[in-house]
Amino acid sequence: MSAPLVDIRDVSHRFGQHPVLKNVSLTTEAGSYTILLGPSGSGKTTLLSILGGFVTPSEGKVFIRGEDCTSVPPAKRPTTTVFQDYALFPHMSVGGNVGFGLRMQGVDGATRAARARETLALVGLDSAFDKRPHQLSGGQRQRVALARALVIEPAVLLLDEPLGALDLKLRRQMQDELKAIQKRVGTAFIHVTHDQEEAMALADHCVVMNDGRIEDEGPPERVYARPATRFSATFMGESTILAGTVMETGNRTCTVATPVGPVSLSSALPLGSAAALAIRPEHLVLGAAPGGTKLGKADVSDVVFQGSFKRVLATSVEEPSLRFIAKLPATAIVQAGDRVAISCDTDQIILLTD
Amino acid sequence: MRRIVSVASWIYALAVYGFIFLPVVVLVLFSLQSTSFPIPPFTGPSLRWYQAVLSDTRLTSALVNSLLVAVLSSATAVTLGFLSAWGFARFVLPGSGLLRGLITLPLTVSYLIIGMGLLVLFNWAGVPKSLLAAGIGHVVINLPLCFAIIYSQMGDHQINIERAARDLGAPEWKVLLLITVPVMAPAIFAGFFLSMTFSWDEFVISFLLTRFDTTLPVEIWNLLRSGLNPKTNAVGSLVFAVSIVLVVFFELTLLRRRPA
Repeated sequence: MSAPLVDIRDVSHRFGQHPVLKNVSLTTEAGSYTILLGPSGSGKTTLLSILGGFVTPSEGKVFIRGEDCTSVPPAKRPTTTVFQDYALFPHMSVGGNVGFGLRMQGVDGATRAARARETLALVGLDSAFDKRPHQLSGGQRQRVALARALVIEPAVLLLDEPLGALDLKLRRQMQDELKAIQKRVGTAFIHVTHDQEEAMALADHCVVMNDGRIEDEGPPERVYARPATRFSATFMGESTILAGTVMETGNRTCTVATPVGPVSLSSALPLGSAAALAIRPEHLVLGAAPGGTKLGKADVSDVVFQGSFKRVLATSVEEPSLRFIAKLPATAIVQAGDRVAISCDTDQIILLTD
Repeated sequence: MRRIVSVASWIYALAVYGFIFLPVVVLVLFSLQSTSFPIPPFTGPSLRWYQAVLSDTRLTSALVNSLLVAVLSSATAVTLGFLSAWGFARFVLPGSGLLRGLITLPLTVSYLIIGMGLLVLFNWAGVPKSLLAAGIGHVVINLPLCFAIIYSQMGDHQINIERAARDLGAPEWKVLLLITVPVMAPAIFAGFFLSMTFSWDEFVISFLLTRFDTTLPVEIWNLLRSGLNPKTNAVGSLVFAVSIVLVVFFELTLLRRRPA
């Protein structure tokens, strides 16, 4: 049983002439929570539709539990989908909705009702059994959709922007519940979103997609701390990006010339190659930091108080096209128009490969 | 000046409604006549002519025939209309626009032409003049109507609902029967009742395609050939009453907004 639960191999897909997925490979382990994160048009929803069986890929194969499912119709796959618009059956009660999958399997009425109630209890909605979908709030419909998909015990549950239609507060609350439910049932979840906060909060495995390709994948902590590409450094959280050229190499170290001064790194790079450096907002320091890397001076253009911290935007004096994004403690004394020295923690500079 | 315009517009409105409804009012009023001629002065009210209608076996059997043809032809038209609407809405077909136009085209062709065409065709194919032939004619005129009504109500928001059913293991015929039909029920019923209305008082096609057993409008025409009498008024009023009921059902089913 070493085969992964879901194994997507070299999948490409085109809509007409337009390529939406370009040679994507991805594996998912049983019991994991995978997030496909990307902007709209990145191919994440198409990839989910391919997993669900609603779209057959132009090229490549999809294996689920080791079986080739590439052209198996949705009805015969061990997957179920929670649709973005919930797609509840408006003419059936909540109980009828949740029991539908079991009804299709030929489970008798009494067992069906009992299991539908159990699953509704799991999502905290056992009282809604006899209600109609239109009597429920958005968050409750979301849970019914989840219960309906979970009751037939799929190998993989697919969620297409499940929280997209909810307001921010409800979204954060449902997010915590989703994670708790996933831990309780132990089913593998694959969840599509464009919300990076949602991705960081939920994922065991985060897959960053852009333009039909996987840019980066791994545990969200790793993807955030050490993003593999410039896209993932800017899409998964914010970063200040410094472009430069390697001007000196040493034993497993190098120095990169940037518009704001030389930056020493503990990585070996070929002399003369271009390098992009990313610095997370929380690692930028205003004023001189002892032992840190100096990044010149900058004019503060904007200070936004966000409760627990201050978000500061500043323009480099040496390189006017460079904008620093910093996150400072709420108590920091800084205001727009200040000219400050900028530095950062050398160990936290992220070297981007592209 | 303003007052004159106001009065004039009232008179105009009354004249228009009078023009539309006066014939019906006269028809119904003189069906209650107690003497033998449906002309003023009004001598009723009396139900003797309704009694005469209901004891006339030719008229009552024609009424049953009409109902039978209306129900069966409408059921057939609505089923075929639903299936074609579903096909056009859910599948990418070559020349879809052209085919959709062709299916609704009979709406613009006169009943007389359709009736004559069917008469020639049935004659050639050896199908005898009968209620069945008239029923087929009614399917021909009502299918485009049912298609148009159902197709207009078949939006994209139902696609995910059908997908969800398939995803949960429903084979295609169960998706149709358990999901699409119930969700589309208002449009389906509306199509059915409107077809019923049209079939119920359709004359030309029934006249051309039936012989011994015939429908009520044809029987009324037979009756009228021997001159006016309150009995024709009574049977006309009955036809009108049934039409009203069907139209009310149609309005209720189509116009009632179901909660989202």
